[in-house]
Amino acid sequence: MVALTVNGEPAVVAAGEDTPLLDVLRNQLGLTGARYGCGSEQCGACVVLVDGVPAYACSKPLWAVAGRHVTTVEGLGSPAAPHPLQAAFLAEQAGQCGYCLSGILLAALALLARNPDPSRAEVAAALDAHLCRCGAHNRMIRAVQRAGRVMRGAGA
Amino acid sequence: MSALPGSLRDTPRLDRWLAFPVGRVQLSIGKVELGQGITTAVAQIAAEELDVELSRVDVIIGDTDAIPDEGVTASSLSVEMSGSAVRQASAEVRALLLAEAARRLNCAATDFTVEDGALLRDDAATGQTWWTLAANVSLARDASGTVPCKSGPALRVVGQDVPRSDLPARLFGGGFLHDLLPPGVLHARVLRQPGFGAVLVGLDEAAVARYGAEVVRIGNFVAVLAEDETAATAAHVAARPRWDGVADIAPEEGEPAALYAAPSTEILLGEPHPPAAGRFSATYTRGYVSHGTLGPSCGLAQFVDGRLTVWAHSRGPFPLRAMLAAATGLPAEAITVRYTPGAGSYGSAGAEDAAADAAVLALARPGRPVRVLWTREQEFSFENLAPAMAIRLEAGLDEAGRPVDWSAEIWSPSHVLRGAPPLARLAMPDAPPMPPAFEPPPAFSGGAMRNAAPAYDVGTPFVRLHLIERGRLRTSAMRGLGALPNVVALECFLDELAEAAGKDPVAYRLALLPDARARKVVRHVAAMANWASRDPAGSGRGLGIGFARYKNRSAYAAVAAAVSVEQDVRLEHVWCAADCGLAINPDGVRNQLEGGIVQAASMTLKEQVTFAGAGVASLTWADYPILRFSEVPEIDVDLLGTTENPSLGVGEATMGPTAAAIGNAVAHALGARVHALPLTRARIAASLLA
Repeated sequence: MVALTVNGEPAVVAAGEDTPLLDVLRNQLGLTGARYGCGSEQCGACVVLVDGVPAYACSKPLWAVAGRHVTTVEGLGSPAAPHPLQAAFLAEQAGQCGYCLSGILLAALALLARNPDPSRAEVAAALDAHLCRCGAHNRMIRAVQRAGRVMRGAGA
Repeated sequence: MSALPGSLRDTPRLDRWLAFPVGRVQLSIGKVELGQGITTAVAQIAAEELDVELSRVDVIIGDTDAIPDEGVTASSLSVEMSGSAVRQASAEVRALLLAEAARRLNCAATDFTVEDGALLRDDAATGQTWWTLAANVSLARDASGTVPCKSGPALRVVGQDVPRSDLPARLFGGGFLHDLLPPGVLHARVLRQPGFGAVLVGLDEAAVARYGAEVVRIGNFVAVLAEDETAATAAHVAARPRWDGVADIAPEEGEPAALYAAPSTEILLGEPHPPAAGRFSATYTRGYVSHGTLGPSCGLAQFVDGRLTVWAHSRGPFPLRAMLAAATGLPAEAITVRYTPGAGSYGSAGAEDAAADAAVLALARPGRPVRVLWTREQEFSFENLAPAMAIRLEAGLDEAGRPVDWSAEIWSPSHVLRGAPPLARLAMPDAPPMPPAFEPPPAFSGGAMRNAAPAYDVGTPFVRLHLIERGRLRTSAMRGLGALPNVVALECFLDELAEAAGKDPVAYRLALLPDARARKVVRHVAAMANWASRDPAGSGRGLGIGFARYKNRSAYAAVAAAVSVEQDVRLEHVWCAADCGLAINPDGVRNQLEGGIVQAASMTLKEQVTFAGAGVASLTWADYPILRFSEVPEIDVDLLGTTENPSLGVGEATMGPTAAAIGNAVAHALGARVHALPLTRARIAASLLA
């Protein structure tokens, strides 16, 4: 049994301590936003925040997040009440197939927490560990900047 | 009866496309939503013709029990095929319902206006709506093709930027086949044959059992199954299968140069040109390319009471059903395919094979839902590859250096996998043979020959295709089929011809383009890119252009690319001017054009599958890099189409022009041309030393 906090709620997980966090989130907690892409920290599809810092859920064993705060895309917002980042991605229509989006939203959240007004190059650098095969990169960069403006009260 | 548009030809019955549950308009289409926005586009079209709010329209896709058969979602044909069918069907249903209203109220159908599905007469409510009328009008009848549709200034929903209806699900943590975990699901991982004909001689069953997993083996189709996904993954690693009959592949076998000597059949288009003086020729190649889907292939299947249900991310629900019927021996009527989105695969990667894996295993474990997920290494190993190609172009020139005849000689494996059994079936006893390599006929715009015939005035082109027989590398469709390599070849060749003639590449093209819409996009993109102030060649900074009309019948796209080249190519800016006629959802069009630009840039600069041992050597994203955020250029897209012209498919339109523009920009920057894709550092260094 491992206790942690997921999206602000306490969770006690009955799984082996070496179980990848990705499997715990998807199969035990029903949070499918973090996705399997490569299993080797090369694509970013599984990225979640651990204590606010982007982490690869595919290679993070459960024991390593005991007592920590894990944030998944489900913790951002809902269709009825989207997080400013999700609203910005919708406004910019930033995405095609969408498989990369969960990890990118969380990396963007971490970026905006430390840099509320990032340049294009700063957003690109923060997302460089994330692959997108559909080619929606520029829309996503604009969406992150738009969310930054909203979150710091500078309008859309 | 007039000729019916698009997919109405195959499915003329109106009730197969449209239904009116209370307060809703329900559309059923046979194309699937890949994130390209087809569900939103057809909803706009129906809302337009029926004068209902867009939010009233629901679109059913992908369920073979509920949709018309529209084959595979491919070739940028969804708007042209589904969209035109929905448009005509909606207009015809509107006319039928208006006729019923006129009968009920004893007036003329032209007396009515419609506001959000409610019929008004002299601006007053009539009490009649589409839903009161639909109850008494049978739509179990064929379209006539004689009812006019809305056009031009009457359009109010079509032609507007509309947010895609499929995108929200993908932003809140769900929406994918990979996310379906029904109660009682068994997690499966396949121990795949390393090559056709490989025989399993042993595996560590004790290790598999230690994880509580079981082995299912049917001939040489082998999988581990477990209640728990983590256990299935671990058992898959621990199983350590040993195979016999695996032949190694030489790395050179995976290079385009290996195509020249490979067994092939010849397919000719047109007549060979007699040899003449003043000829110019060049050869262009590209290696095998991966679809590079971000999410490895997945399949989910359940066999209950003699019925097999398969959830798959295949682009073609009905073709998949036929394939599964052949692979399992079940009648097609006993199989339901339910398309559920996967990660983008831009063609035929592994979706059908993963679906077949799940189907075969579900039949072995009746009652239980069985979910198969490929690993990243399996995806890179066993997906169908986009073919390597070699293209030799030759032109006869007049005194002014203009081409007067044009020949293309193409070496290519098959771009489609039509009729091939899935990998699972090929590993099972009594495997059926692979069908021969197939080149789609000109009516389907070809495969390896796609866009081989120039849209320029160069005389009648002659194309000789050496269609490589199927070998151990399984190849199939990737966005644009042969169009990208063919457009690269012909557009780079044109730049070489222009240079030899001492002409500016844009002016040279404009003089050869007979189609005013083509000239317009070329001129426009040249202006966007400030072509007039182009640097001299060899400065290290390059500006190049590429143009194609996809399939010579879909959207027109001209692309300009600015690069700087030192050791690597830095793609700095890309401009695109496109004409797709009436854009149903202009922002959706832009999204597709932009995506094609980035994907083509990635292929052009970085991508080639490598081989070693028994198969693919590039098994990780480190071995097969694609363009990253920091490498993606700024992109500007202008749409030049007008509402009078019919909608033309855009999904693949920018691939070839982008790759060509980058090739020409790099040649301009270097003052020397690299004839092989991708344009890697090693190739650029070699060209500078030459």
